[in-house]
Amino acid sequence: MLGRTASSLFWMSRYHERAQNIAKLLEVAYRTAMVPHSGQNDMGDWRFALASSGCEFGYSEKHGEATPRGVITYMVFDKDNPSSVRTCLETARNNARAVRTGITAELWEAINTTFIEFNDVSPQSITQDRLPDFLAWISQRAHLFRGALLNTVLRDDGYYFSQLGNFVERADNTARVLDTQYWVLLPDNDVIGDGSMERHQWSGILRALSGHRSYRFAYPHAKLKAFNIAEFLILRKEMPRSLAHCYDWIDDVTEDLAQFYGSREPSIDMAAGIWRDLRETEMREVYQTGLHDFLTDFIGRNNAFAAQLSKDYNFA
Amino acid sequence: MQGERKFFNEMLDEAGNPRPAYANLSRWLEDKPLNFLSRKSREAETIFRRLGITFAVYGADEATERLIPFDPIPRIISAAEWRKLSAGIDQRVRALNAFLHDIYHRQEIIKAGRIPADLIIQNDAFLPEMVGYSPARKVYSHIIGTDLVRVSENEFYVLEDNTRTPSGVSYMMENRETMMRMFPELFQAHRVAPVEQYPELLRQTLESVSPDQSRSDVTVCVLTPGIYNSAYFEHAFLADSMGVELVEGPDLFVDEGKVFMRTTREPKQVDVIYRRIDDAFLDPLTFNPDSMLGVPGLFDAYRAGNVTICNAPGTGIADDKAIYAYVPDIIEFYTGQKPILNNVPTWNCSREDDLAYVLDNLEDIVVKEVHGSGGYGMLIGPTATKRQIADFRKILTANPSNYIAQPTLSLSACPTHVASGVAPRHVDLRPFVLIGDQVRITPGGLTRVALKKGSLVVNSSQGGGTKDTWVLED
Repeated sequence: MLGRTASSLFWMSRYHERAQNIAKLLEVAYRTAMVPHSGQNDMGDWRFALASSGCEFGYSEKHGEATPRGVITYMVFDKDNPSSVRTCLETARNNARAVRTGITAELWEAINTTFIEFNDVSPQSITQDRLPDFLAWISQRAHLFRGALLNTVLRDDGYYFSQLGNFVERADNTARVLDTQYWVLLPDNDVIGDGSMERHQWSGILRALSGHRSYRFAYPHAKLKAFNIAEFLILRKEMPRSLAHCYDWIDDVTEDLAQFYGSREPSIDMAAGIWRDLRETEMREVYQTGLHDFLTDFIGRNNAFAAQLSKDYNFA
Repeated sequence: MQGERKFFNEMLDEAGNPRPAYANLSRWLEDKPLNFLSRKSREAETIFRRLGITFAVYGADEATERLIPFDPIPRIISAAEWRKLSAGIDQRVRALNAFLHDIYHRQEIIKAGRIPADLIIQNDAFLPEMVGYSPARKVYSHIIGTDLVRVSENEFYVLEDNTRTPSGVSYMMENRETMMRMFPELFQAHRVAPVEQYPELLRQTLESVSPDQSRSDVTVCVLTPGIYNSAYFEHAFLADSMGVELVEGPDLFVDEGKVFMRTTREPKQVDVIYRRIDDAFLDPLTFNPDSMLGVPGLFDAYRAGNVTICNAPGTGIADDKAIYAYVPDIIEFYTGQKPILNNVPTWNCSREDDLAYVLDNLEDIVVKEVHGSGGYGMLIGPTATKRQIADFRKILTANPSNYIAQPTLSLSACPTHVASGVAPRHVDLRPFVLIGDQVRITPGGLTRVALKKGSLVVNSSQGGGTKDTWVLED
């Protein structure tokens, strides 16, 4: 397989995952902004979406004050925003086009149809009342992409690189969402908090990571609690967006890759190391390190893994 | 402006009765309700768009990816007609390859006085770098798209030979695929020669010209300029359907005279490159130094006999419009036979007499740029306005050697779906020919159709569409 092909498959998946994450963040901002809550101004929820997706700086450069309309347009439609849904879908499709020979017809159709239909939507037509449906549609299309990938793609090196792109992006997104409001997840809040303000922020974080319902099943007898939420999203591998889940998967895939090629590259040991650390760490220890420091360190290691991967496999 | 020109109707004879090959189709068309074809056209468009069968239009800012309009009514060629066409094409492509080998070696045809030396040596399409080099099996142009038009029952003319990098074969394949999905009953009622074998034959052809004929595990790749090229879809389609890598220039490198692909593991040596980039961009060390698309050192690896480039560099001389007029001589010279297919009579504007005639008759003839393609920079006298003719006269007088001219041919017409129902529209035909260990011609080819009433311009960049082309088996 060409190094460029591996790279395109990796980024095709990464950008698809990112598009979905952006849609999710906006969905949460939209929903939580409707709920009255004290102590935070009304734009807090929208700014959370900007900050978690790394769009805050670009947005304020271009628009200044955050407004719901401004944030939606910037994060969904803006061609100048490298992380807008539009840019992500377009970049994902360009990467897919570059490897048309390496992906299945089903996968290409899923990607291409999303792009075509998205382009038929004018930003003006997405009024606030239509936003939730539209965001849900973006999510569904991302699920279709993933379904087509899992169900039709041959389990060879191309499959492994596309999986790695997906989970590197997801791990990055989860860590950033947590870090944007890490102070909300400090255990002190469990003692002094438990007011409506905390509940509001906690459920926002859970919703942004699609964990709102599953939390109830994972912690059947506990109320919403900072300690549990952080543990759930960082260390519980049964949670599909947790850091542990991402690295459990990355570790499996890199081992498969090593076997497929019959050689063990440095990136494979890096992935194994990150997974081992997540597996053997307890939430108590994370708090001892400091949640913010832990997340910053993780984001750095995740990036370093992706960089090493592209070096090991000649991503051009 | 102009009266209805007389033209050959491929479906109906003079009395308005369907010709034998069209008998079934004509009945089928009559049975269908009016909106049937509109619905099928929309259906086809959806299929094409979803599959991403698009082409890019240069210079168009918006919608850089467009669909070529697809006409759902097939064009039918009888078995007997096809036998004659394919014999003519076979003769022509063999002669053109012999010509290429000759002019890059002993130049017998020039010595024999059958073609002026200047026309070859001074020609920009002649590559001095190729002199003395013999590619595998002495084949230069492995993939040729011969553009043909029909003017009467038994008269076909060759318009152009397209010996460089002809495109359109993916449309031939996808048009057929779409037709089979939409009209299975029509395929049951006809014995249509298949085209689906093309990628397999292309691969066999490419493998057969590998530089090292003793090895059987030949590595082939398709070299594309990238996703922004107008024919990118086709490049990907061909690589995919042959099961070979689609590479861009930076994916290849040359080491010790050999060409390798950069893979996720060890570099992999490449034996045959089906390149879809122009000569000038192939190798910045030998040709255009600014090229970002090519591979530094590729030409040296080629000359060293370590890789085959398909088509060979320098094949453009064989489809140069100034050489075109000599193709009948070329055929006679190398095959000793009379040409089976006619050339269109051609005036060479670099000759004084010819130029005078052309300037006197601009309203009636077609003038083309010697190196132009895609329907750009040409004048079609009979459909042009006085103003356009006057403007063109100035351009032509300023640089006559840049132009050739031909009589306006009365292109044949085929039944085509139009707003008002079904009506005849003018067509041409591009069969695709593969030349390697043998000559392989896929039955049919790409029919392009001028969708505007009376128009003779079939180019997709100028609003033309395509049709599926059926060759009936006996």
